[in-house]
Amino acid sequence: MDGNLNALTTIFTEFYYWVTVVFMFLIHVGFCMYEVGASRRKNHMHTLMKNVMIIPLVTVTFFFFGWWIYWAFPNFPLFGGLDMAAGSANAPWSENMGTNASDRITGVFWAAFLLFSWTAASIVSGSVIERIRSSALWVHAVLIGSVWWIIDASWGWHYGGWMVKYLGYHDAYASGVIHAIAGGYALGVLWVLGPRIGKFSSNGKPRDIPPHNPWMVTLGIFMIYTGFWGFYAACNVPLISPEVIGGEIVGTTWTATNIYLAPTTLGAITVNFLLSLSGGLMATYIVSKGDAFWTFSGGLAGIIGASAGNDLYHPMQALIIGAIVPVIAYKLHNYVERKFKIDDAVGAVAVHGYAGFLGVVIAGFVLWGAPSSPFEGYAVITPWGQLAGAIIMFLVLGFIPAYVVARIQAARGTLRIPAEVELQGLDLGGQQAYDDAVAEITAASAKHIKSE
Amino acid sequence: MSTIGYKSWAVDMADVGAMYPFQGAEVPMVIVGVVFWVGWHVIQFNRETIELEEARKAASAAQIKAALERY
Repeated sequence: MDGNLNALTTIFTEFYYWVTVVFMFLIHVGFCMYEVGASRRKNHMHTLMKNVMIIPLVTVTFFFFGWWIYWAFPNFPLFGGLDMAAGSANAPWSENMGTNASDRITGVFWAAFLLFSWTAASIVSGSVIERIRSSALWVHAVLIGSVWWIIDASWGWHYGGWMVKYLGYHDAYASGVIHAIAGGYALGVLWVLGPRIGKFSSNGKPRDIPPHNPWMVTLGIFMIYTGFWGFYAACNVPLISPEVIGGEIVGTTWTATNIYLAPTTLGAITVNFLLSLSGGLMATYIVSKGDAFWTFSGGLAGIIGASAGNDLYHPMQALIIGAIVPVIAYKLHNYVERKFKIDDAVGAVAVHGYAGFLGVVIAGFVLWGAPSSPFEGYAVITPWGQLAGAIIMFLVLGFIPAYVVARIQAARGTLRIPAEVELQGLDLGGQQAYDDAVAEITAASAKHIKSE
Repeated sequence: MSTIGYKSWAVDMADVGAMYPFQGAEVPMVIVGVVFWVGWHVIQFNRETIELEEARKAASAAQIKAALERY
Protein backbone atom coordinates (compact mmCIF):
# COMPACT_ATOMS: atom_id res chain seq x y z
CA MET A 1 0.00 0.00 0.00
CA ASP A 2 1.96 2.98 -1.29
CA GLY A 3 -0.39 5.75 -0.17
CA ASN A 4 -3.16 6.36 2.30
CA LEU A 5 -5.88 6.37 -0.39
CA ASN A 6 -4.71 2.93 -1.49
CA ALA A 7 -4.53 1.87 2.15
CA LEU A 8 -8.07 3.08 2.79
CA THR A 9 -9.42 1.34 -0.32
CA THR A 10 -7.63 -1.88 0.53
CA ILE A 11 -8.81 -1.98 4.12
CA PHE A 12 -12.35 -0.98 3.09
CA THR A 13 -12.37 -3.83 0.58
CA GLU A 14 -10.99 -6.22 3.18
CA PHE A 15 -13.72 -5.25 5.64
CA TYR A 16 -16.42 -5.33 2.92
CA TYR A 17 -15.70 -8.96 2.07
CA TRP A 18 -15.41 -9.86 5.74
CA VAL A 19 -18.95 -8.56 6.33
CA THR A 20 -20.26 -10.58 3.37
CA VAL A 21 -18.71 -13.73 4.82
CA VAL A 22 -20.48 -13.24 8.15
CA PHE A 23 -23.78 -12.64 6.35
CA MET A 24 -23.31 -15.71 4.18
CA PHE A 25 -22.82 -17.89 7.24
CA LEU A 26 -26.57 -17.43 7.71
CA ILE A 27 -27.12 -19.35 4.48
CA HIS A 28 -25.60 -22.39 6.09
CA VAL A 29 -27.52 -21.86 9.32
CA GLY A 30 -30.64 -21.68 7.18
CA PHE A 31 -29.83 -24.85 5.28
CA CYS A 32 -29.26 -26.71 8.57
CA MET A 33 -32.58 -25.50 10.01
CA TYR A 34 -34.39 -26.26 6.79
CA GLU A 35 -33.02 -29.79 6.52
CA VAL A 36 -33.69 -30.66 10.16
CA GLY A 37 -37.19 -29.21 9.96
CA ALA A 38 -37.91 -31.18 6.79
CA SER A 39 -36.60 -34.46 8.19
CA ARG A 40 -38.51 -36.77 10.48
CA ARG A 41 -37.69 -36.95 14.19
CA LYS A 42 -35.93 -40.29 13.79
CA ASN A 43 -33.29 -38.67 11.57
CA HIS A 44 -32.75 -35.23 13.13
CA MET A 45 -29.24 -35.54 14.54
CA HIS A 46 -27.95 -37.45 11.54
CA THR A 47 -29.41 -34.85 9.19
CA LEU A 48 -27.87 -32.02 11.18
CA MET A 49 -24.44 -33.60 11.44
CA LYS A 50 -24.45 -34.45 7.74
CA ASN A 51 -24.84 -30.79 6.88
CA VAL A 52 -22.67 -29.29 9.63
CA MET A 53 -19.65 -31.42 8.73
CA ILE A 54 -19.78 -29.99 5.22
CA ILE A 55 -18.33 -26.84 6.77
CA PRO A 56 -14.94 -28.24 7.85
CA LEU A 57 -14.60 -30.72 5.00
CA VAL A 58 -15.18 -28.19 2.25
CA THR A 59 -13.12 -25.60 4.11
CA VAL A 60 -9.97 -27.70 4.36
CA THR A 61 -10.23 -29.00 0.80
CA PHE A 62 -10.98 -25.56 -0.58
CA PHE A 63 -7.80 -24.43 1.15
CA PHE A 64 -5.82 -27.39 -0.18
CA PHE A 65 -6.89 -27.25 -3.83
CA GLY A 66 -10.20 -25.46 -4.51
CA TRP A 67 -8.78 -21.95 -4.45
CA TRP A 68 -5.83 -22.99 -6.57
CA ILE A 69 -8.22 -24.41 -9.19
CA TYR A 70 -10.04 -21.08 -9.49
CA TRP A 71 -6.85 -19.23 -10.37
CA ALA A 72 -5.13 -21.93 -12.44
CA PHE A 73 -8.05 -23.16 -14.58
CA PRO A 74 -9.53 -20.15 -16.48
CA ASN A 75 -8.40 -21.50 -19.87
CA PHE A 76 -7.55 -25.08 -18.94
CA PRO A 77 -7.75 -27.55 -20.65
CA LEU A 78 -9.43 -26.49 -23.91
CA PHE A 79 -8.03 -23.02 -24.50
CA GLY A 80 -4.63 -23.07 -22.85
CA GLY A 81 -2.59 -24.58 -20.08
CA LEU A 82 -2.77 -24.09 -16.36
CA ASP A 83 -2.03 -20.57 -15.19
CA MET A 84 0.72 -21.62 -12.83
CA ALA A 85 1.70 -18.08 -11.86
CA ALA A 86 -1.77 -17.14 -10.64
CA GLY A 87 -2.26 -20.62 -9.20
CA SER A 88 0.93 -20.61 -7.17
CA ALA A 89 0.06 -17.24 -5.65
CA ASN A 90 -3.07 -18.90 -4.27
CA ALA A 91 -1.71 -22.35 -3.47
CA PRO A 92 -2.03 -23.57 0.14
CA TRP A 93 1.71 -23.05 0.70
CA SER A 94 1.69 -19.50 -0.74
CA GLU A 95 2.72 -16.71 1.62
CA ASN A 96 -0.51 -14.94 0.61
CA MET A 97 -2.56 -17.55 2.46
CA GLY A 98 -0.99 -16.80 5.85
CA THR A 99 -0.80 -13.67 7.98
CA ASN A 100 0.76 -11.24 5.54
CA ALA A 101 0.79 -7.45 5.86
CA SER A 102 1.46 -7.01 2.15
CA ASP A 103 -1.66 -8.95 1.08
CA ARG A 104 -4.86 -8.18 2.98
CA ILE A 105 -7.34 -9.23 0.31
CA THR A 106 -6.55 -12.84 -0.62
CA GLY A 107 -7.76 -14.16 2.74
CA VAL A 108 -11.19 -12.51 2.69
CA PHE A 109 -11.63 -13.20 -1.02
CA TRP A 110 -10.82 -16.86 -0.37
CA ALA A 111 -13.33 -16.90 2.47
CA ALA A 112 -16.08 -15.38 0.32
CA PHE A 113 -15.55 -18.05 -2.32
CA LEU A 114 -15.45 -20.68 0.39
CA LEU A 115 -18.90 -19.67 1.59
CA PHE A 116 -20.13 -20.08 -2.00
CA SER A 117 -18.60 -23.56 -1.88
CA TRP A 118 -20.48 -24.48 1.29
CA THR A 119 -23.68 -23.37 -0.41
CA ALA A 120 -23.06 -25.56 -3.44
CA ALA A 121 -22.46 -28.59 -1.21
CA SER A 122 -25.34 -27.80 1.10
CA ILE A 123 -27.80 -27.63 -1.81
CA VAL A 124 -26.96 -31.25 -2.61
CA SER A 125 -27.16 -32.26 1.05
CA GLY A 126 -30.79 -31.23 1.45
CA SER A 127 -32.12 -33.21 -1.46
CA VAL A 128 -30.76 -36.58 -0.28
CA ILE A 129 -31.72 -36.57 3.40
CA GLU A 130 -32.91 -39.61 5.34
CA ARG A 131 -31.29 -42.34 3.24
CA ILE A 132 -27.78 -41.42 2.08
CA ARG A 133 -24.72 -42.52 4.03
CA SER A 134 -22.98 -39.53 5.58
CA SER A 135 -19.62 -40.75 4.29
CA ALA A 136 -21.01 -40.83 0.74
CA LEU A 137 -22.51 -37.35 0.98
CA TRP A 138 -19.27 -35.94 2.35
CA VAL A 139 -17.34 -37.26 -0.65
CA HIS A 140 -19.86 -35.50 -2.87
CA ALA A 141 -19.60 -32.36 -0.73
CA VAL A 142 -15.85 -32.20 -1.31
CA LEU A 143 -16.28 -32.86 -5.03
CA ILE A 144 -19.00 -30.28 -5.68
CA GLY A 145 -17.66 -27.79 -3.12
CA SER A 146 -13.94 -27.90 -3.87
CA VAL A 147 -13.69 -29.28 -7.41
CA TRP A 148 -16.61 -29.06 -9.83
CA TRP A 149 -18.21 -25.77 -8.92
CA ILE A 150 -14.87 -24.01 -8.69
CA ILE A 151 -13.89 -25.30 -12.13
CA ASP A 152 -17.06 -23.74 -13.53
CA ALA A 153 -16.31 -20.56 -11.58
CA SER A 154 -12.85 -20.46 -13.13
CA TRP A 155 -14.31 -20.92 -16.60
CA GLY A 156 -17.40 -18.73 -16.34
CA TRP A 157 -16.99 -16.52 -13.26
CA HIS A 158 -13.40 -15.35 -13.61
CA TYR A 159 -12.70 -12.18 -15.59
CA GLY A 160 -10.32 -14.18 -17.79
CA GLY A 161 -12.35 -17.40 -18.02
CA TRP A 162 -12.73 -18.99 -21.46
CA MET A 163 -16.51 -19.09 -21.23
CA VAL A 164 -16.56 -15.33 -20.71
CA LYS A 165 -14.08 -14.71 -23.52
CA TYR A 166 -15.52 -16.98 -26.18
CA LEU A 167 -19.17 -17.53 -25.19
CA GLY A 168 -19.84 -14.11 -23.70
CA TYR A 169 -21.08 -16.00 -20.65
CA HIS A 170 -22.71 -13.69 -18.14
CA ASP A 171 -23.80 -14.89 -14.71
CA ALA A 172 -23.30 -12.02 -12.28
CA TYR A 173 -24.87 -13.59 -9.18
CA ALA A 174 -24.36 -17.24 -10.01
CA SER A 175 -27.64 -18.58 -11.43
CA GLY A 176 -25.50 -21.11 -13.23
CA VAL A 177 -22.11 -21.25 -11.56
CA ILE A 178 -23.55 -22.20 -8.18
CA HIS A 179 -27.24 -23.00 -8.47
CA ALA A 180 -27.54 -24.79 -11.82
CA ILE A 181 -24.47 -26.90 -11.16
CA ALA A 182 -25.50 -27.79 -7.61
CA GLY A 183 -29.03 -28.63 -8.75
CA GLY A 184 -27.69 -30.74 -11.60
CA TYR A 185 -25.31 -32.43 -9.21
CA ALA A 186 -28.13 -33.18 -6.77
CA LEU A 187 -30.16 -34.72 -9.59
CA GLY A 188 -27.22 -36.94 -10.57
CA VAL A 189 -26.95 -38.31 -7.03
CA LEU A 190 -30.73 -38.67 -6.62
CA TRP A 191 -31.00 -40.59 -9.88
CA VAL A 192 -28.80 -43.34 -8.45
CA LEU A 193 -29.76 -43.05 -4.79
CA GLY A 194 -33.47 -43.66 -5.28
CA PRO A 195 -36.45 -42.44 -3.24
CA ARG A 196 -37.05 -42.80 0.48
CA ILE A 197 -39.05 -45.87 1.49
CA GLY A 198 -42.73 -45.07 1.09
CA LYS A 199 -42.29 -42.01 -1.07
CA PHE A 200 -44.11 -43.60 -4.00
CA SER A 201 -47.21 -45.76 -3.84
CA SER A 202 -47.40 -49.07 -5.70
CA ASN A 203 -49.03 -47.32 -8.66
CA GLY A 204 -46.18 -44.79 -8.79
CA LYS A 205 -48.03 -41.86 -7.30
CA PRO A 206 -45.77 -39.67 -5.14
CA ARG A 207 -46.70 -39.26 -1.49
CA ASP A 208 -46.04 -36.11 0.43
CA ILE A 209 -43.62 -36.56 3.34
CA PRO A 210 -44.51 -33.50 5.43
CA PRO A 211 -41.79 -31.65 7.33
CA HIS A 212 -41.57 -32.57 10.99
CA ASN A 213 -41.31 -28.91 11.93
CA PRO A 214 -42.69 -26.42 9.38
CA TRP A 215 -41.70 -23.45 11.56
CA MET A 216 -38.08 -24.49 11.51
CA VAL A 217 -38.32 -24.88 7.73
CA THR A 218 -39.75 -21.36 7.49
CA LEU A 219 -37.07 -19.81 9.67
CA GLY A 220 -34.45 -21.72 7.74
CA ILE A 221 -35.47 -20.32 4.39
CA PHE A 222 -35.72 -16.80 5.81
CA MET A 223 -32.16 -17.23 7.06
CA ILE A 224 -31.15 -18.25 3.55
CA TYR A 225 -32.81 -15.10 2.16
CA THR A 226 -30.82 -13.03 4.69
CA GLY A 227 -27.55 -14.70 3.85
CA PHE A 228 -28.29 -14.15 0.18
CA TRP A 229 -27.81 -10.39 0.74
CA GLY A 230 -24.25 -11.08 1.72
CA PHE A 231 -23.87 -13.41 -1.22
CA TYR A 232 -24.92 -10.68 -3.66
CA ALA A 233 -22.54 -8.14 -2.13
CA ALA A 234 -19.73 -10.69 -2.16
CA CYS A 235 -20.11 -11.14 -5.92
CA ASN A 236 -19.21 -7.48 -6.47
CA VAL A 237 -15.95 -5.61 -6.30
CA PRO A 238 -16.99 -2.67 -4.09
CA LEU A 239 -14.63 0.01 -5.38
CA ILE A 240 -12.05 -0.04 -8.15
CA SER A 241 -10.44 2.44 -10.54
CA PRO A 242 -10.43 2.05 -14.33
CA GLU A 243 -6.65 2.04 -14.14
CA VAL A 244 -6.63 -1.01 -11.89
CA ILE A 245 -9.20 -2.81 -14.05
CA GLY A 246 -6.98 -2.22 -17.06
CA GLY A 247 -9.75 -2.71 -19.60
CA GLU A 248 -11.60 -0.45 -21.99
CA ILE A 249 -13.19 1.87 -19.41
CA VAL A 250 -11.70 5.35 -19.76
CA GLY A 251 -11.48 8.30 -17.36
CA THR A 252 -10.70 8.32 -13.67
CA THR A 253 -14.12 7.66 -12.12
CA TRP A 254 -14.03 4.75 -9.69
CA THR A 255 -16.89 2.28 -9.71
CA ALA A 256 -18.30 -0.86 -8.21
CA THR A 257 -18.17 -3.84 -10.56
CA ASN A 258 -19.56 -7.30 -10.90
CA ILE A 259 -17.29 -10.35 -10.72
CA TYR A 260 -16.18 -9.73 -14.33
CA LEU A 261 -14.97 -6.22 -13.41
CA ALA A 262 -17.80 -4.71 -15.50
CA PRO A 263 -19.73 -1.78 -14.00
CA THR A 264 -22.78 -2.13 -11.77
CA THR A 265 -24.05 -0.56 -8.55
CA LEU A 266 -24.85 -2.00 -5.14
CA GLY A 267 -28.10 -0.02 -5.22
CA ALA A 268 -29.29 -1.64 -8.45
CA ILE A 269 -28.62 -5.17 -7.32
CA THR A 270 -30.37 -4.50 -4.00
CA VAL A 271 -33.54 -3.36 -5.77
CA ASN A 272 -33.40 -6.23 -8.25
CA PHE A 273 -32.86 -8.74 -5.44
CA LEU A 274 -36.04 -7.55 -3.73
CA LEU A 275 -38.10 -7.43 -6.91
CA SER A 276 -37.07 -10.89 -8.04
CA LEU A 277 -37.80 -12.25 -4.55
CA SER A 278 -41.22 -10.62 -4.70
CA GLY A 279 -41.97 -11.97 -8.17
CA GLY A 280 -41.06 -15.46 -7.04
CA LEU A 281 -43.16 -15.33 -3.89
CA MET A 282 -46.22 -13.94 -5.68
CA ALA A 283 -46.16 -16.26 -8.68
CA THR A 284 -45.45 -19.40 -6.68
CA TYR A 285 -48.17 -18.55 -4.18
CA ILE A 286 -50.63 -18.60 -7.08
CA VAL A 287 -49.32 -21.65 -8.90
CA SER A 288 -48.93 -23.74 -5.73
CA LYS A 289 -52.33 -22.61 -4.44
CA GLY A 290 -50.76 -21.01 -1.37
CA ASP A 291 -48.58 -23.95 -0.36
CA ALA A 292 -46.20 -22.43 2.19
CA PHE A 293 -43.25 -24.68 1.33
CA TRP A 294 -43.38 -23.90 -2.36
CA THR A 295 -44.19 -20.21 -1.89
CA PHE A 296 -41.09 -19.65 0.23
CA SER A 297 -38.95 -21.81 -2.05
CA GLY A 298 -40.41 -19.96 -5.03
CA GLY A 299 -39.13 -16.68 -3.59
CA LEU A 300 -35.67 -18.15 -3.52
CA ALA A 301 -36.10 -19.53 -7.05
CA GLY A 302 -37.19 -16.06 -8.19
CA ILE A 303 -33.92 -14.55 -6.97
CA ILE A 304 -31.92 -17.40 -8.48
CA GLY A 305 -33.74 -17.05 -11.80
CA ALA A 306 -32.91 -13.36 -12.10
CA SER A 307 -29.43 -13.56 -10.62
CA ALA A 308 -27.54 -14.05 -13.88
CA GLY A 309 -28.50 -10.56 -15.03
CA ASN A 310 -29.44 -8.73 -11.85
CA ASP A 311 -26.38 -6.49 -12.21
CA LEU A 312 -27.99 -4.88 -15.25
CA TYR A 313 -31.74 -5.65 -15.26
CA HIS A 314 -34.42 -3.04 -14.71
CA PRO A 315 -36.39 -3.84 -11.54
CA MET A 316 -39.49 -4.74 -13.58
CA GLN A 317 -37.43 -7.22 -15.58
CA ALA A 318 -36.19 -8.71 -12.33
CA LEU A 319 -39.80 -8.93 -11.10
CA ILE A 320 -41.15 -10.66 -14.20
CA ILE A 321 -38.19 -13.04 -14.60
CA GLY A 322 -38.41 -13.75 -10.89
CA ALA A 323 -42.07 -14.66 -11.38
CA ILE A 324 -41.74 -16.78 -14.53
CA VAL A 325 -38.77 -18.93 -13.54
CA PRO A 326 -40.16 -20.46 -10.32
CA VAL A 327 -43.43 -21.39 -12.03
CA ILE A 328 -41.57 -23.38 -14.68
CA ALA A 329 -39.29 -24.89 -12.04
CA TYR A 330 -42.31 -25.92 -9.95
CA LYS A 331 -44.00 -27.59 -12.92
CA LEU A 332 -40.77 -29.32 -13.90
CA HIS A 333 -40.30 -30.61 -10.36
CA ASN A 334 -43.71 -32.26 -10.37
CA TYR A 335 -43.19 -33.71 -13.85
CA VAL A 336 -39.74 -35.15 -13.08
CA GLU A 337 -40.93 -36.51 -9.72
CA ARG A 338 -43.78 -38.44 -11.31
CA LYS A 339 -42.05 -39.45 -14.52
CA PHE A 340 -38.66 -40.54 -13.14
CA LYS A 341 -39.55 -41.26 -9.49
CA ILE A 342 -37.05 -38.71 -8.21
CA ASP A 343 -37.46 -38.01 -4.49
CA ASP A 344 -35.93 -34.58 -3.94
CA ALA A 345 -36.75 -34.04 -0.26
CA VAL A 346 -36.40 -30.25 -0.30
CA GLY A 347 -37.04 -29.39 -3.95
CA ALA A 348 -33.39 -28.39 -4.41
CA VAL A 349 -33.13 -29.57 -8.00
CA ALA A 350 -36.05 -27.33 -8.96
CA VAL A 351 -35.23 -24.29 -6.85
CA HIS A 352 -31.53 -24.27 -7.65
CA GLY A 353 -31.04 -26.45 -10.72
CA TYR A 354 -33.97 -25.68 -13.01
CA ALA A 355 -34.29 -22.06 -11.85
CA GLY A 356 -30.56 -21.49 -12.25
CA PHE A 357 -30.51 -23.05 -15.71
CA LEU A 358 -33.47 -20.98 -16.87
CA GLY A 359 -32.02 -17.82 -15.36
CA VAL A 360 -28.82 -18.19 -17.34
CA VAL A 361 -30.71 -18.77 -20.60
CA ILE A 362 -33.16 -15.90 -20.08
CA ALA A 363 -30.26 -13.50 -19.44
CA GLY A 364 -29.02 -14.36 -22.92
CA PHE A 365 -32.19 -12.92 -24.44
CA VAL A 366 -32.70 -9.93 -22.15
CA LEU A 367 -29.04 -8.86 -22.26
CA TRP A 368 -28.46 -9.86 -25.90
CA GLY A 369 -25.55 -7.87 -27.37
CA ALA A 370 -24.39 -6.37 -24.06
CA PRO A 371 -20.66 -6.62 -23.31
CA SER A 372 -19.78 -9.53 -21.08
CA SER A 373 -16.53 -7.94 -19.97
CA PRO A 374 -14.70 -4.60 -19.84
CA PHE A 375 -11.80 -6.19 -21.71
CA GLU A 376 -11.31 -5.90 -25.47
CA GLY A 377 -12.03 -8.83 -27.74
CA TYR A 378 -14.50 -10.67 -25.50
CA ALA A 379 -17.70 -12.08 -27.00
CA VAL A 380 -20.92 -10.24 -26.25
CA ILE A 381 -23.81 -11.83 -24.37
CA THR A 382 -26.02 -14.03 -26.60
CA PRO A 383 -28.78 -16.59 -26.09
CA TRP A 384 -26.65 -19.38 -27.59
CA GLY A 385 -23.64 -18.50 -25.44
CA GLN A 386 -25.84 -18.56 -22.35
CA LEU A 387 -27.54 -21.82 -23.39
CA ALA A 388 -24.16 -23.48 -23.90
CA GLY A 389 -23.07 -22.15 -20.53
CA ALA A 390 -26.19 -23.42 -18.79
CA ILE A 391 -25.66 -26.90 -20.26
CA ILE A 392 -22.03 -26.90 -19.13
CA MET A 393 -23.11 -25.95 -15.60
CA PHE A 394 -26.11 -28.23 -15.11
CA LEU A 395 -25.15 -31.25 -17.16
CA VAL A 396 -21.41 -31.41 -17.90
CA LEU A 397 -20.03 -30.26 -14.55
CA GLY A 398 -23.08 -31.05 -12.42
CA PHE A 399 -25.20 -34.05 -13.35
CA ILE A 400 -22.61 -36.24 -15.08
CA PRO A 401 -19.83 -36.24 -12.43
CA ALA A 402 -22.40 -36.79 -9.68
CA TYR A 403 -24.02 -39.66 -11.54
CA VAL A 404 -20.68 -41.38 -12.20
CA VAL A 405 -19.44 -41.09 -8.60
CA ALA A 406 -22.80 -42.15 -7.17
CA ARG A 407 -22.83 -45.20 -9.46
CA ILE A 408 -19.39 -46.17 -8.17
CA GLN A 409 -20.54 -45.72 -4.57
CA ALA A 410 -23.72 -47.72 -5.22
CA ALA A 411 -21.73 -50.54 -6.83
CA ARG A 412 -19.52 -50.71 -3.73
CA GLY A 413 -22.55 -50.63 -1.43
CA THR A 414 -21.44 -47.38 0.20
CA LEU A 415 -24.07 -44.96 -1.08
CA ARG A 416 -27.25 -45.81 0.78
CA ILE A 417 -28.03 -46.93 4.33
CA PRO A 418 -29.63 -50.37 4.89
CA ALA A 419 -33.43 -50.48 4.59
CA GLU A 420 -33.81 -51.64 8.21
CA VAL A 421 -31.89 -48.61 9.43
CA GLU A 422 -33.86 -46.28 7.17
CA LEU A 423 -37.12 -47.55 8.65
CA GLN A 424 -36.11 -47.32 12.29
CA GLY A 425 -34.25 -44.06 11.72
CA LEU A 426 -30.62 -43.08 11.75
CA ASP A 427 -30.83 -41.65 15.24
CA LEU A 428 -31.88 -44.92 16.87
CA GLY A 429 -28.59 -45.35 18.73
CA GLY A 430 -28.66 -41.78 19.95
CA GLN A 431 -32.36 -42.02 20.81
CA GLN A 432 -31.76 -45.19 22.81
CA ALA A 433 -28.91 -43.54 24.73
CA TYR A 434 -31.11 -40.48 25.34
CA ASP A 435 -34.02 -42.64 26.61
CA ASP A 436 -31.67 -44.65 28.84
CA ALA A 437 -30.11 -41.51 30.29
CA VAL A 438 -33.53 -39.98 30.97
CA ALA A 439 -34.71 -43.21 32.66
CA GLU A 440 -31.55 -43.43 34.77
CA ILE A 441 -31.55 -39.84 35.99
CA THR A 442 -35.31 -39.96 36.64
CA ALA A 443 -34.93 -43.12 38.74
CA ALA A 444 -31.97 -41.66 40.61
CA SER A 445 -33.87 -38.47 41.35
CA ALA A 446 -36.91 -40.42 42.58
CA LYS A 447 -34.69 -42.52 44.86
CA HIS A 448 -33.09 -39.35 46.26
CA ILE A 449 -36.52 -37.84 47.01
CA LYS A 450 -37.66 -41.00 48.84
CA SER A 451 -34.53 -41.10 51.02
CA GLU A 452 -35.06 -37.52 52.27
CA MET B 1 15.31 -15.93 17.79
CA SER B 2 11.71 -15.40 16.69
CA THR B 3 9.47 -17.95 14.97
CA ILE B 4 7.79 -15.22 12.91
CA GLY B 5 10.95 -13.46 11.69
CA TYR B 6 10.46 -10.28 13.71
CA LYS B 7 11.82 -9.62 17.21
CA SER B 8 10.19 -6.19 17.54
CA TRP B 9 7.60 -4.08 15.70
CA ALA B 10 10.05 -1.23 15.06
CA VAL B 11 9.38 -1.63 11.36
CA ASP B 12 8.06 0.28 8.35
CA MET B 13 4.80 -1.52 7.48
CA ALA B 14 5.57 -1.01 3.79
CA ASP B 15 8.37 -3.52 4.22
CA VAL B 16 6.40 -6.13 6.15
CA GLY B 17 5.12 -9.22 4.34
CA ALA B 18 4.53 -12.67 5.78
CA MET B 19 4.55 -12.79 9.57
CA TYR B 20 3.43 -16.27 10.55
CA PRO B 21 5.59 -18.81 12.37
CA PHE B 22 7.91 -21.24 10.58
CA GLN B 23 8.01 -19.50 7.21
CA GLY B 24 9.64 -21.81 4.69
CA ALA B 25 7.90 -24.89 6.11
CA GLU B 26 4.58 -24.28 4.34
CA VAL B 27 4.68 -27.46 2.24
CA PRO B 28 5.29 -29.82 5.19
CA MET B 29 2.56 -28.03 7.12
CA VAL B 30 0.12 -28.54 4.23
CA ILE B 31 1.12 -32.22 4.05
CA VAL B 32 0.24 -32.60 7.73
CA GLY B 33 -3.12 -30.98 7.01
CA VAL B 34 -3.85 -33.30 4.07
CA VAL B 35 -2.97 -36.38 6.16
CA PHE B 36 -5.36 -35.13 8.87
CA TRP B 37 -8.14 -34.66 6.30
CA VAL B 38 -7.73 -38.03 4.54
CA GLY B 39 -7.31 -39.81 7.87
CA TRP B 40 -10.54 -38.31 9.10
CA HIS B 41 -12.45 -39.75 6.12
CA VAL B 42 -10.92 -43.19 6.68
CA ILE B 43 -11.78 -43.25 10.39
CA GLN B 44 -15.30 -41.92 9.80
CA PHE B 45 -16.04 -44.36 6.97
CA ASN B 46 -14.91 -47.40 8.96
CA ARG B 47 -16.79 -46.30 12.08
CA GLU B 48 -19.98 -45.59 10.12
CA THR B 49 -19.83 -49.01 8.45
CA ILE B 50 -19.70 -50.73 11.85
CA GLU B 51 -22.47 -48.56 13.31
CA LEU B 52 -24.81 -49.15 10.37
CA GLU B 53 -24.25 -52.89 10.54
CA GLU B 54 -24.95 -52.93 14.28
CA ALA B 55 -28.08 -50.82 13.77
CA ARG B 56 -29.26 -53.13 11.00
CA LYS B 57 -28.87 -56.20 13.21
CA ALA B 58 -30.52 -54.47 16.16
CA ALA B 59 -33.57 -53.41 14.18
CA SER B 60 -36.84 -54.71 15.59
CA ALA B 61 -40.48 -54.30 14.71
CA ALA B 62 -41.13 -52.53 18.01
CA GLN B 63 -38.38 -49.99 17.42
CA ILE B 64 -39.57 -49.30 13.90
CA LYS B 65 -43.13 -48.84 15.18
CA ALA B 66 -41.91 -46.42 17.85
CA ALA B 67 -39.88 -44.48 15.28
CA LEU B 68 -42.86 -44.20 12.97
CA GLU B 69 -45.11 -43.03 15.80
CA ARG B 70 -42.63 -40.28 16.76
CA TYR B 71 -42.68 -39.09 13.11
